[in-house]
Amino acid sequence: MTEDKKVDIVGRGNVEGANLFRDWFAELGEAAKNNQGAAYVFVMGSMAEILKVFDFPLVLPEITSLQTAVRRVADEYLTVAEDYGYSPDICGYVKADIGVHLRERKHPMGNIPKPALTVLTNACNTYVKWAEIWERMYGVPVFVLDVPATRQAGGQFQLGSSDFARDCKYVEAQIRELITLCEKVSGKKFDIDRLRETMAYANDMNSGWKRVLELNKSKPSLFNALTDGTVYLGVSNNFRGTKEGSQFFKNLVEEMEYKAARGIGTQTDEKYRLAFVGVPCYPIFRRFNEMFAEWGGAFVHSTYLHFASGGANMGFEYDVNRPIESLAEGTLISVREAMDNMFHQDRVLIKMVKDYELDGVIYHPIKSCRTVSTGLADGRRAMMAATDTPSLFIESDMMDKRVVSEAQIKNRADAFFEGLASRRLTAQNA
Amino acid sequence: MVLRLFDKWQGQSLDGIIAECRELVEDAEFPTVKRWREAGGKVLGHFQVYFPEEIAHAAGMLPLKMRGAPVECMHSDSHFGSYLCSIIKTSLELVLSKQVELDLFVTHPICDAARNLGAVWGRNFDYPCQILYLPQNANSAASATYLRDEYARVQADIEAITGRKITEEALKNSLSVFNENRSLLRQLYEFKRKQPWLISAYETYLLMNVGGLITREEHNEMLKAVMPLIETRSVKRHDKIKVVFEGGFCEQPPLDLIRTISQSCYVVDDDLLIGLRWILEDVSLEGDPLFNLAEAYLEKSSYSPVQHDSRKPKEKMLLQRIADSGAEAAIITAAKMCEPGLEEQVAYTKALDEKGIPYFVSEFEESMTSFDHMEIQLETFTENILFG
Repeated sequence: MTEDKKVDIVGRGNVEGANLFRDWFAELGEAAKNNQGAAYVFVMGSMAEILKVFDFPLVLPEITSLQTAVRRVADEYLTVAEDYGYSPDICGYVKADIGVHLRERKHPMGNIPKPALTVLTNACNTYVKWAEIWERMYGVPVFVLDVPATRQAGGQFQLGSSDFARDCKYVEAQIRELITLCEKVSGKKFDIDRLRETMAYANDMNSGWKRVLELNKSKPSLFNALTDGTVYLGVSNNFRGTKEGSQFFKNLVEEMEYKAARGIGTQTDEKYRLAFVGVPCYPIFRRFNEMFAEWGGAFVHSTYLHFASGGANMGFEYDVNRPIESLAEGTLISVREAMDNMFHQDRVLIKMVKDYELDGVIYHPIKSCRTVSTGLADGRRAMMAATDTPSLFIESDMMDKRVVSEAQIKNRADAFFEGLASRRLTAQNA
Repeated sequence: MVLRLFDKWQGQSLDGIIAECRELVEDAEFPTVKRWREAGGKVLGHFQVYFPEEIAHAAGMLPLKMRGAPVECMHSDSHFGSYLCSIIKTSLELVLSKQVELDLFVTHPICDAARNLGAVWGRNFDYPCQILYLPQNANSAASATYLRDEYARVQADIEAITGRKITEEALKNSLSVFNENRSLLRQLYEFKRKQPWLISAYETYLLMNVGGLITREEHNEMLKAVMPLIETRSVKRHDKIKVVFEGGFCEQPPLDLIRTISQSCYVVDDDLLIGLRWILEDVSLEGDPLFNLAEAYLEKSSYSPVQHDSRKPKEKMLLQRIADSGAEAAIITAAKMCEPGLEEQVAYTKALDEKGIPYFVSEFEESMTSFDHMEIQLETFTENILFG
């Protein structure tokens, strides 16, 4: 392969991801301009496969909200929502979004179209409360796709069992009801062949995502799970079930395989392999990563890349010959996987420590998200008991810089790496 | 023969019964549960808000409503981070400290924090800890059948723990006991609505609360004894405003907070421990009892911030509750760090603003001990209404 080809491939995912992201905002801006109603959806079970059949532009408010934090203007929107009456103690994503809506849907990256309907799963309870706010603001229908998840640790109902069939039947019935609602709202007739098409694209994305994550077992790691991974995740969510999304993941697999074959790592000096647990610290997104990279710490994986992809990491491939049934199975398995990565994260991490040869685990519980954060302290105890892997527990937020103390995080990170270094030295001398 | 867990109330005056109820509710050693276990009984602990206790009852288990307690979190603090409501921590504290011992723990996907509890408890105890996936889509035609099957799954787990097959007859008997209980609670609330001077919110709360700590047969017996005592109580009617209290669906406010409010207002309706009163009508004893129970959960039920049902927008339900009870104002509270409660406060207050109904907003925590400030604020609030 020529040097030119290398230049074309390495880093391509980030460039293409950023371009697609701008395209997505441009599409939303166009819809807003034309007064076209959008489907408001969430990352854990967006049901894009169905919604794309009806040509709904998809607004993912978790992503538009986090963008206000990355662009360091979240506080403006949080203040608007708090002045309206919302408590400082609720989800920052919700408040930033309310701020956007109270400012006539003017977002720092462009205008957001109004909702035509809202589709959400029960993967996060705040999704429901959030959607109820739009329901009151705009009078739009709210469709809760209820996905029964794991009842007890390690007790996932397996495909083929009667328990799984029972849950699946429930999900399938709701999907059919969702189709009816989409027909009513859009005025378009459901086209099952278009569903097959969106599902085929989603298959490419699922299998690509799974492969990309697996490839990061490489030493050195091929991409930074916290920074690069979030870009890929954005495409996975915003372009789910589309041709562009499918092509992006094909390209990304090619890039990662290329880097793996040549030992091209994401950072020059990978001393410690780390996993990140929770939702990123968006108010200091780049700086947070630097505090670890400066010590040679590389984030090779994160539970975020599992749950915030809606469980796409499972690589579930739909059977397009029986689309509705298969969509129900895939939704059940994938959304359940997303939930397992939050509630039973200890089990995921114990495996991750081994598979990715981790030196440390960074827990980032946050004020804004109790879904992800409630079980982290307890899960950390279980992970450490099972693997004896050092870990760091940093509390801050994904949106609200009032509870993000950069100096304190840096102190904690420095002390953590000093401990890791000492531990490694002791092991070498033993 | 049902084991008697709580008999101190017998032969007492109404004030005496209420005092005994307070002693039991405040006892963080859960003596009734210990008595049950000492007699060889098994205990199913279920987190707020609603659990179909009839299923546990039919298997001879004691269903125990886990609703936290005003205890110091010596053991559970290290299992949680910050920014969480108190009930999550204190409920775990009760079991880690062995103040309560269970044979099965069930939580529900009511909120982001509570749904984590199945996993948290499961990592710390050997007995089964699980989630009962109550449907979050109350509007699907498939929900009732799904829930019926989910109840059957829980039933099988209960049978495995007790070693006792639950017959249809046993289940129908339990439905009947709980129907009677709900009917008695409705009567109790009817007193509050129509003659609130006869029984205060604080007293009603205590009489209701013990139901989550003893067998329903005993609770029914006590409530039946109490009704004529309330009816014939000689109490002077005071010039107090009538209010609805909202915000007690999960974490419970301290007893003294409820008493403070009762001193300033007549609380004619509330959502305190709403799970005990979730089902609003008798569950049918005809046909499949599990299906009937499931259907009642969806179709004959109250409302709370943790259930989405497009037929029951919460703010409209609150306005209905105010209208039905003849209240003049509302007290809108939320437990600290309770995301659904805090979010609903905004919808409630906007709806009340639109209707011109006065309201008082506050937050609480179960470990609060000082209410002087709130008392002064409430007095000002009520005086403004009375003399404004």
